[in-house]
Amino acid sequence: MAKVIIKLGADISTDDIYPGRYMATVLPTETPAFCFADRTEFNTRLKAKAFEPGSIILGGENFGCGSSREQAASAINGYGLVVVAQNISRIFLQNAINLGLRVVICPTIDAEEGHELTLEPTEVVNLTTGKRFPIQPLPPARQAIIDAGGLIPYTRQRMQPV
Amino acid sequence: MGMTVVEKILARASGLALVKAGDVVEPRVDLAMSHENAALVINQFKEVYEGSGREATPWDSSRIAIIFDHRVPAESPKTATNQKKIREFVAQHGIAKFHDVRGDVGGICHQILPEYGYVRPGFVVVGTDSHTTSHGALGAFSFGIGATEMASVWTLGFAVNVEVPATIKVVVSGEFSEFVGPKDLILHLIGTLTAQGANFRAIEFHGETIRKMSTSGRLVICNMSVEAGATSGIVPGDQETLRYLREEAGVTDEITLTTPDPDAVYERVVEIDINTLTPQIACPHMVDNVKPIAEVVGTKVHQIVIGSCTNGRLDDLAMAADILRGKKVAQDVRMLVFPASGRIFGQALDLGYVHDLMKAGAVVMNSGCGPCLGVHEGALGDDETALSTTNRNFKGRMGNPKSGVYLCSPAVAAASAITGVITDPRQGGK
Ligand code: SF4
Repeated sequence: MAKVIIKLGADISTDDIYPGRYMATVLPTETPAFCFADRTEFNTRLKAKAFEPGSIILGGENFGCGSSREQAASAINGYGLVVVAQNISRIFLQNAINLGLRVVICPTIDAEEGHELTLEPTEVVNLTTGKRFPIQPLPPARQAIIDAGGLIPYTRQRMQPV
Repeated sequence: MGMTVVEKILARASGLALVKAGDVVEPRVDLAMSHENAALVINQFKEVYEGSGREATPWDSSRIAIIFDHRVPAESPKTATNQKKIREFVAQHGIAKFHDVRGDVGGICHQILPEYGYVRPGFVVVGTDSHTTSHGALGAFSFGIGATEMASVWTLGFAVNVEVPATIKVVVSGEFSEFVGPKDLILHLIGTLTAQGANFRAIEFHGETIRKMSTSGRLVICNMSVEAGATSGIVPGDQETLRYLREEAGVTDEITLTTPDPDAVYERVVEIDINTLTPQIACPHMVDNVKPIAEVVGTKVHQIVIGSCTNGRLDDLAMAADILRGKKVAQDVRMLVFPASGRIFGQALDLGYVHDLMKAGAVVMNSGCGPCLGVHEGALGDDETALSTTNRNFKGRMGNPKSGVYLCSPAVAAASAITGVITDPRQGGK
C-alpha cells in the first residue's frame, strides 16, 4: 500500500522535475535536494522526508518530457518514490529503468492526492475508491535491464570476458 | 516487406538483413556525443568498471565527441571543475572530437557535429542530449539517451536493447511565403501531432519542400522533432546532404546515402501543404500550444532571444540582420543573440551581421547554449515574457518559473524586437 503524495497534470517536463539551473549537480546523492525545486512546497515536503518510502508521484500523460537530463530520474529515485503515470516520455522512461527508479504506466489511472494505492503485477488498485486499473507492461527489452538491477549491472553482465 | 530509413540503418548497424518496427536490436554506434554532462557519464563509466580489475577505457575514442556548450564560459566553480575533469579524461583517452570553450572551433554540440562532418548519412548517433534528433538532418538515425546509457555505450560500443521505432512519414509540399520557414513548419507539425504524438516513434520527412530545403532548415525540423516526443527525426540523405558535407563540412571520404524502400511500412502518413502557412508561435508553457501569429500579435515581450541549436545559424542571423539593419531594438526590450558556433559567429562578423545587430541594440553573446536553458545568462524576471527562437518553453525554461516563453522563427523575433510586441514580419516593424 502506498500513498499518492502529489498528483501532477499532463506533460510534466524534466525542466519541472529537475530545473536546468541545477544540472551541474550530478551525484545521485546530491540531486534529490533539487527535485521539483520550483514547486517550493513539494520540494520542502520531500526534503523533510514527510512521506513513507515507496510513496507515489502520480503523473498524467507524457510524464518526463523534454531534456535527457538523468538527474530528473536520480532525484526522484533518491527519495525511494515510485512514479505512476498515464504514459511516460521515452528518454525519461529509459533513464528511470537504467537507474532503478520504479515507474508504472497505467493509462486509465484515476486517483487523487492522499489516496492509497497498491501496485500489483498487472494492475493498480485504488484502495480509497475500490477501483482497479490495468498496467501497461514494459517492453521486454527494458525488463531485462530491470531484472539485472539497472543498466550498470546489466552492462557489466554484457562486457566481454577478459 | 520494405524498410523505412530508420529500419535500414538499424538493420545495417545490427548486422541483420531485415528489421521492422517493434524488433529489439543492438546497433553499433558510429558516434557518441556528450556535452558538459560527460562529467556524469565519466562517473557512471567508471562505476561500470568498478571492482572488475580492468581499467575503464572507452571502446573507441575516435567515435566519441565531447562539446562544451551548456555553460560556457563556466558560470560557477562547480561547472568549471566538471569541465576540468572532462578535459583530463579527454586528454587521457585521446578523444580528438573535443571542442573546448573557444571562439573559433567552439559552439553548440548540435551545430558542431554537422559542421565538422562528424555525422554521415546512415550513421547511428547517440547523444546525452534530447535534441540529438538534430542529426537526422544528415540522414543519420540519431537519438537522445541518458548519461548511464552513454556509459554503457562507451563500454560496449553498441546501444543495448533498442526497440526499432515505428515511423511517421511526414510529406511536405508547397513553397514558403516570405518570412515563413522551417521553424514555422515544425511548430505547426508539433501543434498537429502534440507534444507526445510521436513518443517512441521516428519521423521521416519527405516531399518537394524538404528536398529543396537547405541542411540548415532540415536541422531545424529534425532538432524539434523531439518536441513531438520523437525518438528521431530524419531526412533521408540526398544531393543536398552531399553538397553540405562536401562544401560546408569539408568531407572528402566516401558517403553512402540510405533511402527508404518504396514499400516501406509507415505507422501513419501526415501531409502538409505549406503554401498558406503563416508564422507560427508556441505559447507558454507548452511547445504544442501552437497558434498562428495572428492570434498573439501585439503581446508585450521583455526579451527577444535569437540563437540556439534550433535557430542560431548563419541564415537565421542573416534574416535578423536584414530586418534590423538601420533600425533600433525597442527601448523596453532586451535583445540577445547567440550564434550556434564560433564558425558561424566569424561568418556573421565578416558579413557585417554582427555589426548590424549590435548597432540596432542587440547584445551579441558568445556561442553556446546561453539563455536557452536558463542556467547561465539571460534569465527572465518575475512575470516577464521572452520571445525566442529556441525550442522549449516549459515553465522555468529561461531560468524563472514565474516567467513565460513564446517560441518563434528568427523573422518574427527580429520584427518584434523593433516594436516590443509580437509582430508579424510580413507587416514589418515600425
Ligand atoms: S541550445 Fe538549448 S536546446 Fe540546444 S543543446 Fe543547448 S540547451 Fe539544448
